[in-house]
Amino acid sequence: MDVFQVFIELAQSTVRLSTPLILAALAGLFTERAGIFDIGLEGKMLGAAFAAGCVAYISQSVYMGLLAAVLVSVLLSLVHGYASITQRGSQIVSGVAINFVVAGSTVILGEAWFRQGGRTPALSADGRFGTVTLPFADAVRDVPVLGPLYSGLLSGHSPLTYLAFLMVPASWWILYRTRFGLRLRAVGENPGAVDTAGISVIWLRYRGVICCGILCGIAGAYLSLAAGAGFTKGMTAGKGYIALAALIFAKWRPKNILFACLLFGFLDAFAIRYQGYAFPLIGKVPVQLMQALPYILTVILLAGFIGKAIPPKAGGVPYVKER
Amino acid sequence: MSVPYAKLPGWAEYGLIPLVNLAVAFLISGLVVLIVGESPLEAAYHMVNGAFGRGEYIGFTLYYTTTFIFTGLAVAVAFHCGLFNIGGEGQAYIGGIGVVLACLAFDRTLPWYLVFPIAIVGAAFFGALWAMIPGWLQAKRGSHIVITTIMFNFIAASLMNYLLNRVFKPMGSMSLETRTFDAGGQLPKLDWLMSIFGLSVGSAPFNISFLLALLAAFGVWVLIWRTRLGYEMRTMGHSPAAARYAGIKEAKIIVIAMMISGGLAGMMALNPIMGEQFRMQLDFVQGAGFVGIAVALMGRSHPAGIIPAALLFGMLYQGGAEISFEMPSISRDMIVIIQGLVILFAGALEHMFRPAITRVILGLSPKTRDAAVTKGA
Repeated sequence: MDVFQVFIELAQSTVRLSTPLILAALAGLFTERAGIFDIGLEGKMLGAAFAAGCVAYISQSVYMGLLAAVLVSVLLSLVHGYASITQRGSQIVSGVAINFVVAGSTVILGEAWFRQGGRTPALSADGRFGTVTLPFADAVRDVPVLGPLYSGLLSGHSPLTYLAFLMVPASWWILYRTRFGLRLRAVGENPGAVDTAGISVIWLRYRGVICCGILCGIAGAYLSLAAGAGFTKGMTAGKGYIALAALIFAKWRPKNILFACLLFGFLDAFAIRYQGYAFPLIGKVPVQLMQALPYILTVILLAGFIGKAIPPKAGGVPYVKER
Repeated sequence: MSVPYAKLPGWAEYGLIPLVNLAVAFLISGLVVLIVGESPLEAAYHMVNGAFGRGEYIGFTLYYTTTFIFTGLAVAVAFHCGLFNIGGEGQAYIGGIGVVLACLAFDRTLPWYLVFPIAIVGAAFFGALWAMIPGWLQAKRGSHIVITTIMFNFIAASLMNYLLNRVFKPMGSMSLETRTFDAGGQLPKLDWLMSIFGLSVGSAPFNISFLLALLAAFGVWVLIWRTRLGYEMRTMGHSPAAARYAGIKEAKIIVIAMMISGGLAGMMALNPIMGEQFRMQLDFVQGAGFVGIAVALMGRSHPAGIIPAALLFGMLYQGGAEISFEMPSISRDMIVIIQGLVILFAGALEHMFRPAITRVILGLSPKTRDAAVTKGA
């Protein structure tokens, strides 16, 4: 069962690598559906990862770390919200600014506080998320086919991974089955209509931005508390932009986000595993091509060659109440 | 869009407000220095001294300034057309291909003054090519330029990594860079310009592409405010509907504006490749494309504003290196924070202090208030 073993391993690293993407893309979903574009996902994740690394090390508690990550990320979201909702500034410019401020300050503060070249100290087991072993995972390990699938693929992930996958249907439910979700989507399509109905556009958009902050915070915490053991300089490494690409690739829909993120996670896992491997027929695929593939796919999709991605209609436009 | 702000006199609009925004950005940066446990005043001293204290330092400052003039102009040209070209980084990176091809082909046979024009054309061509695709996709297929240019930055990084690995790297070499160019691929330094002021350029790579940058700035001014194409671009930027009504070909203008923007970004590659390193290294752009955004925002997309803004960031880069030398806990990443804060306060929050400033100014002089009322109404 060599091929099967390879499949399990690939699938498992796909799940691991797509977890932060799913969380960040869902974060982007909430704010972009409310009409606030956010290219600051990268910065928020990085800030959250840093906060999680610091606080989890100092308090030796993984939950304090998670809390700190969410707080920092929400705070950054509120800055973005203040600039783009209250001040009606450019949402793109504000997002770019947040990315830079975070990229710089995590290194400066990390170096000043811990003096380990921009890292936070390595976390002990208490400061990290362990893995969850599903019931009977050890017992069924030797059952052919189903055993490895259950204990190798489904079991043994961090709690945040299960949370990320649960957040997909939860986000769908919030956006499509609750009053808040309906209004949130409406405010991204036609804020004037929402305003006419007597609902505050500003407050709704702020709530969308806060939701984004919470999810981005969890995504960041996953990086430093579950995937790694502490924060390292620039550890998001473009994941925020990949998540943004996934969000667009998914046409701003929760279910598609899951598949888009799994696809991009798989490309990443595949690239890591098959670096320099010569394939039959194609030969060696340059690793750089694999790395660029998510971006290339997004460009092609955006150009309307694979279906059409239509963004929320009022996205990127500050709302001016008529006086 | 309704403009709820009263019109301010020019000196406040183009002088005071950018200065206040800048001051706030620096104040917050100073706070970060305080948190780190160092003295902001000392940091400021090292920065100014490190940027202007000696002829050599000034040379380095102006070397960085050259780079930022190019990328700042690139962002500004696109801004005028209502496009946000966030892909200067990738365009500059790809522009490097043009420079390297020219240098590798002719550096042993031709003198620098013949290689330089070829390299300029090459850099502008490749930069323009890399910007043309997102421009075309925006104009014809309606994909959002911001997202496409971000994606193209990443694609450029992967592509250049591949090219340096497989194509440009000399056989048997381990490091990801081209061979070092001979005399034909090395631009002369501007030591004569410095010596007019009695300064010595020392080891600073302040080279002739600085003059090209100034020329480009003048060219952009002519293009935007003195040509028909520039007028059409500005019309597009102000009101796409009006432009369409006036019979301006939208798609054509978008693609051309992006190509000019990308060409300017690509020309940035001349400065580090032919002016400093005499070879192309991995990641030689080092974020200059993004600094261009801050420079264009601060300079209000006007060449006369972009040159001082580029000088300011040149000072930050050179002075920042000096700070990290004198105060080890403040590394060069401090510049990235300042850059982000400048983008935040001069860009996204540019109107934050406007109401207060308007009140102060109009409160002080009744004459301007009357003028503002008549103009603003």
